[in-house]
Amino acid sequence: MTRDFPPPVTGHVPVLRLGDVLLVTLQGDLHDSTAEQLQQDIGEAITRNRAAGVVIDVSGVEIVDSFLGRVLAEIAAKARLLAAETVVAGMRPAVAITMVELGLFLPGLRTALSTEDAIRLVGGGDAHPAARPGGTRQGSP
Amino acid sequence: MPEYGAAGQGGTAAREVGGFLLRRREQIAQRWADETLFRTVFTVSREEAVEAGRTVVEALAQVAGADLSADPEAPGFLVVREQLSQIGSARTRTGLTPSQVSHDVDALRPPTVDLLVADLPDAAPEAVREATNVLTVLMGTLRLVVMETALSEGQALIDRQRLQLLEMTTPVIQLWDGIVAVPLIGTLDSARSQIVMETLLESVVEQRARFAILDITGVPTVDSLVAQHLMKTVAAARLMGAECVVSGIRPAIAQTIVHLGLDLGTVVTRATLADALGYALRKLGTDIVSEASHGAGER
Repeated sequence: MTRDFPPPVTGHVPVLRLGDVLLVTLQGDLHDSTAEQLQQDIGEAITRNRAAGVVIDVSGVEIVDSFLGRVLAEIAAKARLLAAETVVAGMRPAVAITMVELGLFLPGLRTALSTEDAIRLVGGGDAHPAARPGGTRQGSP
Repeated sequence: MPEYGAAGQGGTAAREVGGFLLRRREQIAQRWADETLFRTVFTVSREEAVEAGRTVVEALAQVAGADLSADPEAPGFLVVREQLSQIGSARTRTGLTPSQVSHDVDALRPPTVDLLVADLPDAAPEAVREATNVLTVLMGTLRLVVMETALSEGQALIDRQRLQLLEMTTPVIQLWDGIVAVPLIGTLDSARSQIVMETLLESVVEQRARFAILDITGVPTVDSLVAQHLMKTVAAARLMGAECVVSGIRPAIAQTIVHLGLDLGTVVTRATLADALGYALRKLGTDIVSEASHGAGER
């Protein structure tokens, strides 16, 4: 029975390119080697694509530790050196509470409710460049 | 040796009382049904009161028969515990103090003693006194058991109400599309702050709110722990991609926060809930204009 469980993901975390934004989706546990690899991949992808922003979707992360907090902070710092902005999107309430309890306030990081908002935030979504965040909801209670 | 003899005599008297209770249970139950306690609890019918009284008398007889008159934990009482708690809680609900309930239970004793004395016309005065003693002790224990159940009932009520209070006092209100608010009322403690934090963050996800307003107009005092909780809530909301605004800080609370040396520098604060809403609306690109300027403008 135990054989049926998938082994822990130790391979790559895919880095997707959407216009000039890079999208990374974290799911489940993040292993040390994977995190290392991811940081390198993001760095390379930013320089190759001249990306303006990196969106890290953490809505699939249910358990958090100080390691993940550090990885996020490091990715953000690295991206900033490469002139790209990092946005963490879709963090769950329980994860946010745990992060705060751990003292990980991620000061230099921008956040967004969803991936969509995050992409809009880092200047993606060329289709409607004039659209301000929340602008489409204007006037409707 | 004399002690053993006394104990034996006591045992005999207890058994005698047990026998008497069993023999006369119908009569006792009838008498009890007329007393305040049973009359007010079992209002539906007299039969019900008599039935309940009979059950209690039978339990007492069993306890007396086992010579455990002074033991509130006697197995006999376990059978009628539910009945007694019903009686006790029914009386407490009507707003009676514990001592009044206790008095009501004590009122059951005299008619029973009368019946006991009448039941032993040719017994020696010594034996009668012995039996009355046992009965008195037994009724005292009954009183204790009723009180105990009534008090535990009260405790359960308090626990239930505390839970209700926690649920009731943290409503999350959607003020606008993308703006939620929690008006906090009353003293905050750690447990409540935690619940506030959780419900607020949950609703941020549910309503896809970009702004969360914590209104503390109704909070009388703030200590360092509560302030810390507020800061944590603000930080957690930020991590999720929402901005948290604290509104309604009273002058006294502001003074306290400054005196405590707490740095709320990273927290956006506004004087009133209205200001906070205006701030959030402006940030969302929405604005509220008054009728006059609306008419004067080109719109």
